[in-house]
Amino acid sequence: MAKVIIYPINSLILSDLVQRFGHTPLAMMEKIKEKISTVGVDSPPLNITAEEPKHGLKYAAVEVPAGVRGRMSIVGPMIEEADAGIIVGESPTAFGCMGCARTNELTKYLIRNRDIPLLELDFPETDDEGQEFVYRIAEFLKSLPEAEGEATE
Amino acid sequence: MRTAEDNEDVITKLVVTSSDSVLPIDAAMKIYESSTDIVIKETCFGTMVTGPRESVDKVVKEIVDLDRNHIFVKERGFPPGDERRCRASRGGGSRPGFYFLKEEAMMLPMIGNALDKYDRNVPLKETEHKKKLEVKELQDLIESTL
Repeated sequence: MAKVIIYPINSLILSDLVQRFGHTPLAMMEKIKEKISTVGVDSPPLNITAEEPKHGLKYAAVEVPAGVRGRMSIVGPMIEEADAGIIVGESPTAFGCMGCARTNELTKYLIRNRDIPLLELDFPETDDEGQEFVYRIAEFLKSLPEAEGEATE
Repeated sequence: MRTAEDNEDVITKLVVTSSDSVLPIDAAMKIYESSTDIVIKETCFGTMVTGPRESVDKVVKEIVDLDRNHIFVKERGFPPGDERRCRASRGGGSRPGFYFLKEEAMMLPMIGNALDKYDRNVPLKETEHKKKLEVKELQDLIESTL
């Protein structure tokens, strides 16, 4: 079972498809759950602490806005952990925790820079595109090894 | 923090129903029937299920088996009604994260049909992808109308 990083990192469709075809999706939701269920991080409406932008320095320079670094402190380790990746472009919306365009650019850049199997495609708009979208993702996921031993790094 | 969070292995899953044969209420009834210690919240798009990981996984699998290709699941970071997300405590409006979920929920019938076709081994049709307008073409277009 390979760990597959998905972009958009909170996508319902991608998260479901990865799980459906027997792999583990690396998605934002689980990381957020870890954050918010940690004792000490309980300050609505914030769900990160001042430490996160410091951890994000590993992925972005100090002059990059703290918001990007804070997000990268969650997304960065997921990218490092991944055995494969699926990037879907032309996302219809990029709101909520996906709202930062620069973080999204950096996320895609770092995924592409990893030497891992990668599938890039666009969100479908018609039925035929939808069919191709699902078929390509299914074939890609089936081509990944069932049982990934150690991480490829 | 909330009491449900005391147990570290408590998770929340979103079950989004996009089925012609299974309604969100059917999914909810299935959960009510189960005797496990889970909490559910019915929403406009489906159901949120919170509880110990094993129980949630078991119940969610039962729901998905009702109509495998048309019920979609993802994990959610926040439990239902969390102050940081729930609109009741944020002065109304959609909660953060709902916009993208809504967009994706509108695509689900298309994805579900494609999964049906994939299961039936329907061969893939050649599709033409819309291309973005090249700069040169745009320039020609502008100049042709001058």
